[in-house]
Amino acid sequence: MRNVLGVINLVNERPILKELTHHRCLASVPFGGRYRMIDFTMSNFMNVSVSKVAIFTKDKYRSLMDHLGSGKEWDLDHRSQGLFILPSIHPDEKIKGDIQQFYDHLEFFQRATADTVIIAPGHHICKIDFNEVIKEHNSNGADITVLYKDYDGKPVNRPLYHQCSLDSNGAVQDINLYTSPAKGDHICLETYVIKKQLLIDLIKNCIEYEEYDFLKDVVKAHLKNLNVQGYHFTGHMPFIHSLETYHASSMEFLNPEILRSYFYDSWEVFTKIKHEAPAEYTISSKVSNSLIANGCIIEGTVENSIIFRGVKVRKGAVVKNSIIMQKGDIEEGAHIENIITDKQVIITKDQIITARKKPTVIKKEEVV
Amino acid sequence: MKSKKWVAMLLAGGQGSRLRELTSDLAKPAVPFGGKYRIIDFTLSNCTHSGIDTVGVLTQYRPHILNSYIGNGRPWDLDRNNGGVSMLPPYQGKDGGEWYKGTANAVYQNFHFIDHNDPEFVLVISGDHIYKMDYNKMLEDHIEKGAHATIAVIEVPWEEANRFGIMNTNETDQIIEFDEKPKHPKSNLASMGVYLFNWKHLKKYLTEDEQDSSSSNDFGKDIIPKMLDDGANLQAYRFTDYWKDVGTIESLWEAHMDLLQEPSVFELGDPNWQIYAGNANHPPQYISKEAHVTQSLVNEGCLVFGKVEHSVLSYNVQVGSGSTIKDSVIMPNVKIGNNVIIEKAIIGSGTIIEDGAVIRDSEQGLTLIGENQLISSESALQQSL
Repeated sequence: MRNVLGVINLVNERPILKELTHHRCLASVPFGGRYRMIDFTMSNFMNVSVSKVAIFTKDKYRSLMDHLGSGKEWDLDHRSQGLFILPSIHPDEKIKGDIQQFYDHLEFFQRATADTVIIAPGHHICKIDFNEVIKEHNSNGADITVLYKDYDGKPVNRPLYHQCSLDSNGAVQDINLYTSPAKGDHICLETYVIKKQLLIDLIKNCIEYEEYDFLKDVVKAHLKNLNVQGYHFTGHMPFIHSLETYHASSMEFLNPEILRSYFYDSWEVFTKIKHEAPAEYTISSKVSNSLIANGCIIEGTVENSIIFRGVKVRKGAVVKNSIIMQKGDIEEGAHIENIITDKQVIITKDQIITARKKPTVIKKEEVV
Repeated sequence: MKSKKWVAMLLAGGQGSRLRELTSDLAKPAVPFGGKYRIIDFTLSNCTHSGIDTVGVLTQYRPHILNSYIGNGRPWDLDRNNGGVSMLPPYQGKDGGEWYKGTANAVYQNFHFIDHNDPEFVLVISGDHIYKMDYNKMLEDHIEKGAHATIAVIEVPWEEANRFGIMNTNETDQIIEFDEKPKHPKSNLASMGVYLFNWKHLKKYLTEDEQDSSSSNDFGKDIIPKMLDDGANLQAYRFTDYWKDVGTIESLWEAHMDLLQEPSVFELGDPNWQIYAGNANHPPQYISKEAHVTQSLVNEGCLVFGKVEHSVLSYNVQVGSGSTIKDSVIMPNVKIGNNVIIEKAIIGSGTIIEDGAVIRDSEQGLTLIGENQLISSESALQQSL
């Protein structure tokens, strides 16, 4: 569908992953051994052959720009430029809301020849077939389609998510902003399909009335006078809102069925190419139930863990229930359990670090 | 157009019939190697690291996979505005056209391509060798010695010297004689198939060689001996690192086993000399709870539920539970079922090995299974007979 524009909206991101989001935006957080969270949405967009992707950034997007480059890996470096990174044009002011930023870059929408827009956040780990969503959007004659998923995460008593209520025909009746999620709640995925011209009109309209929040002022405010339909997404998608949920959702990828459904039985998930050699296992390696990326040298023991590209686990080192990001070095005899090490962390010889209750993060480039 | 210091002409037309079933559908340089590469990646990456930005790839036999693999040369930084990679198959001209008759004729037929780039030097290399070499050092040596041509050589064991093109040199490493596969070698300096020429000088010889109907139009057999006869200054450039011709099934297997040696004799993961390859998008490899992987190279996209010992698994290989892979090379996209035994074998891309199959030679020889085969436990039995 070359008549579809992809929008990745990072304006509403919050730094929910503590140390992992201190210096990078949420969309740019490494995930699954070689990806960044944004790769999943980028690849879902690619699966509908979007003609262009615009990423509305908030802050800390240097690593994101480095990761995306020209968009080549997602087939976006074509003649009519496919990838746009659109930061705030008021760097000294607090951003009023995502609508302000859409309005500041309204030209992106006006110039594009596509007539349908998909808007999604940058940190969802999922395979959504937007071909199906757009088909349903069109057959419903919807003005806006809102994607939702039944909450299947652990109960949490914090107002983290927006909840949709639907009528018997699947139309969205109401959206309760900031509710504590309970099992089975229809959680709004902040993912929408909308006609481009309608989007432009609604944005202009909001700016005129000094309204700046897309979900509240475009979607919720027009539930009565526009045809707003819900799309029930029933596939796998972890609810990630804390380090614990990040760690637990990562570990779900050690289940071969989940692996197959994401990476083997449907369209590919693309990421930045690095020319790392195949992973090397020596005579002393002991690896079980783990994901290992290329460029790793495994001489020690790795159990129930996710090892990113270019990591060294040296002789006698033990890594359990942990996530070791790019170029980590676990030196001889070190032992870590329940730890997330950010990029380029060194755990020195014979160090023992175990976190009992909650996973602990070791910050980027730290030497422990 | 700005003239170039040098261009590389990469010979990639060979059928590689000694690689048997592995080259029934693709040219030898396109044969997978080392879990994620194709053989040609090593020479192309050498060009990139040596700063050569114009590479002509001479193709002839089954070029389709090679063509689509190399594409615009982006993985090797060869997607250049000026230069870059050009695929050069035989073509028709005003006076007709013909297949490449030999290595020298292949370069001769493309001398307009070289002239167009107007280089001072031409590097002729083959796409079927595994090595990491900075061609700049060879060029420096070539210029310093005022050579007409420089040929890279490597010391081989004396007992194997009769399998190579041998350079007999004087005490300053000037070549005085070239012996193709000599019965009684006088030297153990083997040609690596890496030639550096002054383009003007070479052009004259290629043109003359083309007029000579008795010539086999080959660099080693014709051009080099002719230059020596004429008293040209030919220098041997000694290379002392790892180099391997992977022209046979046995040497292809050995080269893979070399990758597994500890300490390493040939490192793929050198951050200062990465080997670039195309088509590199696969998920991380999954090693299951029951799996055992030791002394092996495993590439992304693999799902391993069995035992892998001293082997190379290429991308998207699946190994079922209860299976054992030992001393073997598994090419891309091979699916191995449960309770399979594979020992000392090369399994071609896309082959499916069904549950319970046993693949090993009763006399501990090497077993080769071709590409896209379906091997059941019964057919594996027949293979071994």
